[in-house]
Amino acid sequence: MRKTREVILPQQPRVLILGIGNLLWADEGFGVRAVEEMHRRYLFPENVVLMDGGTQGIYLVQHVRDADVLIVFDAVDYGLPPGTIRRVEDDEVPQFMGCKKISLHQTGFQEVLAMAEMMGDAPGRLLLIGVQPEELDDYGGSLRDCVRAQIDPAIAMAIEELRALGIEPRRRAVPLPPESTIACPIMTPERYEGERPDAGEACRIGDPRLLADANFSPPEDLDAELEAILADPGRGGA
Amino acid sequence: MATITTPNGFTLDDSGKRVVVDPVTRIEGHMRCEVNLDENNVIRNAVSTGTMWRGLEVILKGRDPRDAWAFVQRICGVCTGTHALTSVRAVEDALGIDIPENANSIRNIMQLSLQVHDHLVHFYHLHALDWVNPVNALKADPKATSELQQSVSPHHPKSSPGYFRDIQTRIRKFIESGQLGPFKNGYWTNPAYLLPPEADLMAVTHYLEALDFQKEIMTVRTIFGGKDTHPNWLVGGVPCAINMDGAQAAGAPVNMERLNYVRSVTERTIDFVNNVYIPDIIAIGQFYKGWLYGGGLSGKNVLAYGDIPDRANDYSPENLMMPVGAIINGKLDEVHPVDLRDPEQIQEFVPHSWYKYPDGARGLHPWDGVTDPQYELGPNTVGTKTNIKRIDESGKYSWIKAPRWRGHAMEVGPLARYIVGYATGHEYFTDQINRTLSALDLPVSALFSTLGRTAARALEAQWAAEMQLYFLDKLIANIKAGDSSTANTTHFDPKTWPSEVKGLGFTEAPRGALGHWIRIKDTKIENYQCVVPTTWNGSPRDAEGNIGAFEASLMNTKMEVAEEPVEILRTLHSFDPCLACSTHVMSEDGEELATVKVR
Repeated sequence: MRKTREVILPQQPRVLILGIGNLLWADEGFGVRAVEEMHRRYLFPENVVLMDGGTQGIYLVQHVRDADVLIVFDAVDYGLPPGTIRRVEDDEVPQFMGCKKISLHQTGFQEVLAMAEMMGDAPGRLLLIGVQPEELDDYGGSLRDCVRAQIDPAIAMAIEELRALGIEPRRRAVPLPPESTIACPIMTPERYEGERPDAGEACRIGDPRLLADANFSPPEDLDAELEAILADPGRGGA
Repeated sequence: MATITTPNGFTLDDSGKRVVVDPVTRIEGHMRCEVNLDENNVIRNAVSTGTMWRGLEVILKGRDPRDAWAFVQRICGVCTGTHALTSVRAVEDALGIDIPENANSIRNIMQLSLQVHDHLVHFYHLHALDWVNPVNALKADPKATSELQQSVSPHHPKSSPGYFRDIQTRIRKFIESGQLGPFKNGYWTNPAYLLPPEADLMAVTHYLEALDFQKEIMTVRTIFGGKDTHPNWLVGGVPCAINMDGAQAAGAPVNMERLNYVRSVTERTIDFVNNVYIPDIIAIGQFYKGWLYGGGLSGKNVLAYGDIPDRANDYSPENLMMPVGAIINGKLDEVHPVDLRDPEQIQEFVPHSWYKYPDGARGLHPWDGVTDPQYELGPNTVGTKTNIKRIDESGKYSWIKAPRWRGHAMEVGPLARYIVGYATGHEYFTDQINRTLSALDLPVSALFSTLGRTAARALEAQWAAEMQLYFLDKLIANIKAGDSSTANTTHFDPKTWPSEVKGLGFTEAPRGALGHWIRIKDTKIENYQCVVPTTWNGSPRDAEGNIGAFEASLMNTKMEVAEEPVEILRTLHSFDPCLACSTHVMSEDGEELATVKVR
C-alpha cells in the first residue's frame, strides 16, 4: 500500500533526472543509456539537470539533496518478464532499489536516499522508471533488444512527469551527436558497440573531444561561477 | 583438516562451529566470509571468498588503448579516477610518452583529492558504524557531548549543546520512523560496542558533517576533470587547458580564479581532517585501544608500490612522495626494493581461484597473465554450485586470484604504506605515527591491528590534503614561469606506435597498491591485467597454503556473540574492501540483508 505524501513543491522545482547503473554489464547500463538519449533529444529549462550517475553511490548524495524532484532511470528486478517497464513512486522507491541485489549500485542507492532523508534534504517527489533486465552477466555487453526498446517509453514517462510539474522540454531540431553525451564520450552506444567513427570523422590526434570546450566562456561573476560548480552537476555535458 | 600451521605462520583449526557471513555488507562489491570458532568463540580458521567474476581483461581485448581509462573508470563506483590514472600511465609507459609538468601536478592533485575524499567517506559512511552505535547516541546528554567535542577538538566551530540536541532529535526521528536506512543491519545491543553515548553522538554528528562536506571536495575533480561523476582523462596529459589571462579568455577552464577556488577547498579540507577526522580517531581509539585484534599480515608482510611523483615522468623511489618497498617477516630494518616489471617478483596464482592456467601450479607475471574462468567446487563443499552452504577451502573457492611478491602473501593499503614509510624514515609519516601513538599511549606494535589500519587511513588523509597545496603551489609557479602545457600529443596517433609493445602503470589507490599491465599489438589491446588492492588483501590461499591478508586478519579474534559478526565486519571493513574491481557477479541471487549462519 503506497503511503501518500503531503509534499508541497516549490513553484520552480529543481529536478534531477538521474541514470544509474553500470554500462559494462549489458542491461545494467539501461539507466545511463536512457538519460544519455534523453539529453541528446531534448532541451530543458535551467531547473532541470540530467546526470549520468553510474555506480557512484554515496558520491551522489549531494545531487539528490539538491533536488526537489528526483527521477531515476534504472534496471530493476521486479520479478517480471524481461523488458517490462514499471513506474514506482515516492515511498515505494527505496524498497525497489534494494529488494534484491542484482547490481552493485542498488544497495548503494537505497542508502543514498536514506542519507538525503537523514540530512533533512530528501527530494519531495521520487519517481523510479525501471526496466526488468534480460541479461546482466555479459560483461562488456550492451543492452538487449527488449530493454533497448524501452528507452523511448522511459523518456516519455519522464516527460509526462515533467509536464505534470509544468515543465515543457523542447525537442532539439536535430539530436546532439553521440560524442556530446552527458555520459562517457568514449562509450557512446555507437562506439561501445564497435561502430566507431573513423579518424577523419572524430579526430584522434590530441582527442579534442576531451580538450577544453571551445564554447566555454567564464562568467563575469566568480561567486556565481563557484555556486554553479557546487549546484549544477550536469555542467560537464551541457 | 583439523589443525595445520601455514607457512606464513598461522595455526588453522576448522573443527569448531562454522559461521557464514554472506554478503559482507557496506563494501563495494560482493564478498563472503566463513570462519570456524572454538568453544570460546575465538576465530581459528578464516576463509574469504570473492563471489563475483572479474571480466575486465576480457572486455578490454581489442579496444583502443587510449580508451582503456574510460572502461576501467566504470569498473566500480569508488575509485574511478585512480583506475583511470593507472591506465593512462600504463599506456604512456608502453608508448614512451612523457607528460608535461602541469599534467603531473594536476594528476597528483586529483589523486590526492580522491585519497582524502575516499578515506573520509570510508571512515564515516562505511566503517564508523563498526565502532559507533547510533542507537546508543540517543541516550547522550547534549551538554556533555558539547564538552567532549570542545575537549577533543577546540577549533571545531560546531560544538554547542543546542547543535548536538538538534542532531540527536533528527537521528531519533529518523530511527523512530522505522526506516533505519544506513543504520539497519546493525547489532546495536552487541557488547563489542564500547563508546559512551556522548562519543557515539559526537561521531554520528560527524557522519552527517562529513556527508555534507564531501560536496566541496568533489569540486576539485570537477574543475580539472570536466565533470564530477566521471572525470575525463587523457593519454599524454590532462584534458584541461590552462589560460591565466583573466576572465575574458575563452576556452580556458583552468584560470587563476579556479585555482584559487581549489586552494580554498583544500584549506577547508585540511581543517576538516585536522579538526574532525583526526580527533575522532583519537577519541574513538581511547575507548578501543584494548581491542588490538586484526593485525594479520600487517606485522609480517606489507607491500607499497609508491606514488605521487614530485617531478613528472620519474617513477624512481627517490622521486615518489609515497614510499616504496616490501617488508618480509616483520623486519622493519630491511625494506626490499620492488620492481613491478620483474617476472620473479609479482606473480598471480590460481590453485584456489576459479580460473585455470595452462600450467596450473605456476604463477604468472601480469604481462603474461591469463583470465580464463573455471568455476568448480572442492569435494567437501556443502550445497550446490548456485547455493553454497559451506565452502571448501581445500579446493577452488574464490574469484580473486592469489598475487604474491616473491612468493609471499602481502598486505597493501594505507597501513602498509605507513609501515613502509616508518621503516624507510619518511619524516612526515613517522612524525604522525609517533604523535598518534603517544596520544593514545600505545607502543609501535599497536600499529599492527584493525585500529592501526583505520588510524593510518586518517593520517594519510591529513598528509594527502596538505600535499594538494604543495602541488597547487607548484602548478601555479610553473604556469607563472610561462609553461601552460597540459598534454603531450606527439604519440597520440597510432601510426607512430611500434607494432608490439608493453607497459606498466601503477598507483597507490586509496585501498592500496594498484597496477595495470598492458600489451599492445597492432595498435589494439592484446592483453590487459589489473592487480588491484583487494586482489592482494582478499587473496585466497596459494599452493603452499599461505593465507591472504583478510583471512590472516580475522585469526584469533574473539567474537562476543557468534551470530553477530561485528568483529568480522570491523576488521574486514578496516581494509576498505572493493570487490567490484577484483571480481564480478557470479549469481543474481545474492540477498540484500547479510545472512549470518552458524553451522
